[in-house]
Amino acid sequence: MKIEAKDPVVEFHDLTASYDKKPVLWNIDMTLPQGALIGIIGPNGAGKSTLIKAAMGLLPLASGYVRLFDRPLDEVRRRVSYVPQRETVDWDFPTAVLDVVLMGRYGRLGLLARPGKADREIARECLRKVGMEAFARRQISQLSGGQQQRVFLARALAQEADLYFMDEPFSGVDAATESAILSILQEMTAQQKTVVVVHHDLQSAAEFFDWIVLLNMRLVASGPIEKVFTPDLLQETYGGKLTVLSEVGELVRKRQIPSREKY
Amino acid sequence: MERLIEFLSFRDPSVLSVTIGAILLTASSAVVGTFTFLKKKALVGDAVAHSVLPGICLAFLLSGTKNPIFLIGGAFATGWISLLLVDKISMRSKLKEDTAIALILSVFFGLGILLLTYIQHSGNAAQTGLDSFLFGKAAALVGQDLLVFGVVAVVLLLAVTLFFKELKLIAFDPAFARALGLPVYGIDLLLTTLTVLAVVTGIQAVGVVLMAAMLITPAAAARFWTDDALHMTLLAATLGALSGLAGAFVSYAAPAMPTGPWIVMVVSVLAMLSFFFAPRRGIVSRWFQQRQLQHTILDENVLKALYHLGEADDDMFRDRSLEQIIARRFFPRRPLRRALQRLQRRKLVQRRNGTWRFTKAGQQKGQRMVRLHRLWELYLSRYLEIAPDHVHEDAETIEHILTPELEQELARQLDFPERDPHQSKIPS
Repeated sequence: MKIEAKDPVVEFHDLTASYDKKPVLWNIDMTLPQGALIGIIGPNGAGKSTLIKAAMGLLPLASGYVRLFDRPLDEVRRRVSYVPQRETVDWDFPTAVLDVVLMGRYGRLGLLARPGKADREIARECLRKVGMEAFARRQISQLSGGQQQRVFLARALAQEADLYFMDEPFSGVDAATESAILSILQEMTAQQKTVVVVHHDLQSAAEFFDWIVLLNMRLVASGPIEKVFTPDLLQETYGGKLTVLSEVGELVRKRQIPSREKY
Repeated sequence: MERLIEFLSFRDPSVLSVTIGAILLTASSAVVGTFTFLKKKALVGDAVAHSVLPGICLAFLLSGTKNPIFLIGGAFATGWISLLLVDKISMRSKLKEDTAIALILSVFFGLGILLLTYIQHSGNAAQTGLDSFLFGKAAALVGQDLLVFGVVAVVLLLAVTLFFKELKLIAFDPAFARALGLPVYGIDLLLTTLTVLAVVTGIQAVGVVLMAAMLITPAAAARFWTDDALHMTLLAATLGALSGLAGAFVSYAAPAMPTGPWIVMVVSVLAMLSFFFAPRRGIVSRWFQQRQLQHTILDENVLKALYHLGEADDDMFRDRSLEQIIARRFFPRRPLRRALQRLQRRKLVQRRNGTWRFTKAGQQKGQRMVRLHRLWELYLSRYLEIAPDHVHEDAETIEHILTPELEQELARQLDFPERDPHQSKIPS
């Protein structure tokens, strides 16, 4: 089941991506609509994070390409924001909350320039939006999991982008943070911004998203939630891994075969 | 002492130049090392430091002089190659990075020692002093040497100042930096180059064997004092400079002695001091906080015991002897007496003829502790469905940390209860 988006913001074209030479995503081909809150859903090891990393150019593609706003990523970087998984950084790093949010401005600043007063203003405003303005001067190691997630969200907001890729922004947060984050994301999509979220909780997925991508090493389905979030498709996504696919992937890794031939 | 004053007067111009040189070198390597430290690549510095030795020897063999420009060039070349190899080995083979580092370090250093021995036995008169690169000789930092090493050190400081924002971001969150479109690869390359350069300049003062300490120790010490990367960098530079100063003095007072070990000893002592005595993060301060916490807990337990006694005979303000308190709840005598003395200082109890009684404030505080204890017991038994005879132990710890806000929330959720699971009254 694959429904193409009208005026797509994101286009994956026959994308195959590998980790350590082992293909983890096979031939992903889909388009995603503008102004939607999009959930990427699938079991562990389905390649959800890999998909958005591939979109952000964070790993080499074995084949295929991604186009954002119908352009290559490098031409539209400023319009795109990426929120990594919270666990990927060291929260004991010597820096304050506001400094982390200011990092969202670095893309616009470019090399060598220092963030100015206007940047600080914007960063503070973003902290206010996520309800963390009181924490601006706080050292980041003092934050709880939910607060860390909010700070990451504030940093993404500070980028003032049109398209957001977020890796598990709801993981490890309390109920209050969850609804706070959700309402911010909904506000963003109301302003025609597009938000793509990697998510692993099926139950809340049904309430959160307008558009669902079901993933399990390959694209199972992509489309508006009412069409795609069906028991059959979920069964296809979660029921039994495609063992042949992962076995072939393992073979590719062992033999060190490039997954596309050169000539 | 006399020598120290003489040294600090800088009457001898060469002393001044050696001092400036040593301070510049140690401070600049400390600054670069801060980022190696923040990227958790401490061992990389060690690998580079040992790998520059063959470069120095080769440069000498090829040029036949000890001209610092040639030597720096040679050191830079092998230092860089070593890092490149570490990267390639850990990426392309099954070996992990630490193995690759150990491998490269020993191979390059072995090669360096081999060449050095060959040069020393070759009878080349110009070679004297080359072995000072092993353990450092700050006294050699005069004239052209000082100029060349000094310029490199200034370049290092400038580069870190210019790229501070990017270096910090990449140390914290490299994936985000790449997503922003920053040239992460280029900046990593810059940091690698700076690390090699820092090592290359530092070896004149510290020597290849101990150079890694100069990169990492000041940063590690600085981390104990601050939670801000900029302050940490500045502090690391200061600590590095202090040890450089010490090294210069040693070079002056005892010319025969290698300076490297002295510099490293000084910076290590500074690091140990930080480790023990830094506020909040230091061992002593942590120990003190722990003790403080234990006192608070003990004091609150004594107040509770007094309250329980008052509850039992319906008179909160009766005099209680130590024996009565201990009979109600066991405390060892000495800590109990100390706790009562602390409570007396806080005007929560009064002492009369060796007995103790609540003040009004003390009685209220005791009441609050009992209330928190019983509220928590009730919460556990009602919401977590824990048997009433199992809730006491938990409540003993939790009562000391509940905030007034949580207290209100608990009372609200439990619908302002009057009795705990043991049917004791919950005071208001």
